[in-house]
Amino acid sequence: MAGVLVLGEALEGAAAASTLEAIAAGRALGGPVAAAIIGDGAKSAAQDAIAHGADSAFVCEGGLGPEAAAAFAEQTAAASAPRVVLGAKALLDGSVMARAAYRLGAGLLQDCASVALDADGRLTATRPVYGGNAMAAFRASGSPAAASLRARAYEALERDDSRAGSIVPIEVDAAAHTRLRVVERVRRPQEGVRLEDARVVVGGGRGLGGPEAFAQLEELARLLRGAVGASRAACDAGWVPPSYQIGLTGRTVAPDLYLAVGISGASQHMAGCSGARDIVAINKDAGANIFKEARFGVVGDWRQVLPAFVDQLHELLSDR
Amino acid sequence: MKIAVLAKQVIDPETPLSAFKIDSDAKRVVTPPNLPPVINGFDEQAVEAALRVKEAQADVFIAVITAGASFAPDVVKKPLAMGADQLVLIEDPAFDANPNPLFAVDVLAAAIRRLGGVELVIAGRQASDWDNAQVPVGVAEALGWPIATVCQRVEARDGKVVVERVTPDGHEVVEAPLPTVVTVSNELGNARYPNMRGIMAAKRVEPTRWSLDDLGVQPREPAFELTDLRLPETAKLTEFIEGEDDADAGRKLAAAMREANLL
Ligand SMILES: Cc1cc2nc3c(=O)[nH]c(=O)nc-3n(C[C@H](O)[C@H](O)[C@H](O)COP(=O)(O)OP(=O)(O)OC[C@H]3O[C@@H](n4cnc5c(N)ncnc54)[C@H](O)[C@@H]3O)c2cc1C
Ligand SMILES: Nc1ncnc2c1ncn2[C@@H]1O[C@H](COP(=O)(O)O)[C@@H](O)[C@H]1O
Repeated sequence: MAGVLVLGEALEGAAAASTLEAIAAGRALGGPVAAAIIGDGAKSAAQDAIAHGADSAFVCEGGLGPEAAAAFAEQTAAASAPRVVLGAKALLDGSVMARAAYRLGAGLLQDCASVALDADGRLTATRPVYGGNAMAAFRASGSPAAASLRARAYEALERDDSRAGSIVPIEVDAAAHTRLRVVERVRRPQEGVRLEDARVVVGGGRGLGGPEAFAQLEELARLLRGAVGASRAACDAGWVPPSYQIGLTGRTVAPDLYLAVGISGASQHMAGCSGARDIVAINKDAGANIFKEARFGVVGDWRQVLPAFVDQLHELLSDR
Repeated sequence: MKIAVLAKQVIDPETPLSAFKIDSDAKRVVTPPNLPPVINGFDEQAVEAALRVKEAQADVFIAVITAGASFAPDVVKKPLAMGADQLVLIEDPAFDANPNPLFAVDVLAAAIRRLGGVELVIAGRQASDWDNAQVPVGVAEALGWPIATVCQRVEARDGKVVVERVTPDGHEVVEAPLPTVVTVSNELGNARYPNMRGIMAAKRVEPTRWSLDDLGVQPREPAFELTDLRLPETAKLTEFIEGEDDADAGRKLAAAMREANLL
């Protein structure tokens, strides 16, 4: 039976967390799951993929770009004739799912929160639309159908090293497929915990009024061993780098605690943090949308609320 | 050099939540009364990127392509007022159906071909109605051109395009041969406001109107049927922490969070 093809990537020899999430989604659909893994150390990442639920894998070694990845997707789809193609929305540069779907003549639903098969075996999915202001459900009219998954929508399956499956290397003529040439990569050194991995995230918004306030958020984050993020408004204002942006078009975080300061809670922002277990908000406007999703809230000026909050925390956490 | 910018008219994404309504039976968003639509924000930034290319070199012509079921004339003219040279409108009820990105790709790719001589297509990273983030990739694939997505800087010179792509932890500089497609993101910076002269000039420009027939494109069935559309549920009831003053509330918040095992 034609099954699910999961497009995935290797990061330094291990399967990306988002790839394992997509495999879990594929397994939830039933049917055999073939994982197509591209990247440096794809072969060992394929072992991860199988241990985490894939039934077989295709591998393409090397740090290749999105164009080669699309060609790889095409070749693996030709070999596996999938009914459904899944992958992380952010796979490689974020364009690969769209490239692959177009080449396969498959419709693509982006950033899905859930996927399933209906009684007739057609792909169904739910996804936020209108910036998270609405939830939509779709049903595929034909096959193959493709869906990209939002980060953390699925949890990776438990590792089981007794699982076995075939691993098939695929040659991709990368030179023939590659027209984009990366001339330079500029990475900002990351201090402390990565946003995505942080158990506590402190987010700052336009209400902070300027870049200086973020020093206080950084201090708070250090105290809670967390990381600092921001709304798009704070990033666009240049108060913090774009890599701080949480939301629809920024990073997706799912910490235990998200502490939002001076953030209104626009749906596009919440799209990136609604997976938090608990949200706590400090905002001077009692009607701010953030209070629709917060467990605790203080209606007040962060300039007074935050320093007192931090002082009290120091005291409470002095035993740590 | 001829640049085509893809710009979509959308419901204002900053529509207050209280005005954002859904007709669940019709499975569509109710156009908010008294709130005019806007050009998709990223697409205004695509126009901005094209204008910056135009300012950096001689002989750049900017054509904006907008496809949709119906248009607010003043809204779709905004790119002209910003400084674009031509506006191509493709108005057809087929766009009124459920989201159908592959159909948009057919239409936009055909319009780019019909314009002739386009070397650079600039689009937004995603449209803030259905957040599909896939039409420009489809257009590039249909034309057989490369595409660089999510750019914060676009330069075109010597037969190639040089862009800065936004990455999760910084950016990368990428080169591609022309013709090519790029999409831009908000990191590009704000789009300029039209000035009075631009607005007056835009009034005098008659948009170019093409039909599906002109383009030789047939409507196509959407690959997915929309089966449900609803407002998201928010079930959380916020416990508001109060104090004698804001500082006191801050202290009590810490205590309450500790109590609830959030710290
Ligand atoms: C297509 C699209 C994609 C987008 N993607 C993202 C995204 O990925 N991430 C994102 O964050 N946004 C995104 N946005 C933008 C989003 O719609 C909002 O505009 C943005 O999140 C607002 O940021 P903010 O909450 O910091 O600012 P505002 O909405 O201006 O809110 C500031 C808040 O601070 C409060 N405040 C002011 N002063 C004080 C004070 N002294 N003390 C306490 N509180 C105070 C105010 O009451 C207000 O609630 C996107 C928008 C679009 C259209
Ligand atoms: N109907 C349309 N008319 C003009 N441009 C469009 C249209 N649909 C999509 N685009 C372009 O493609 C980008 C991404 O759209 P989407 O893939 O629908 O999220 C938009 O930001 C526009 O630049």
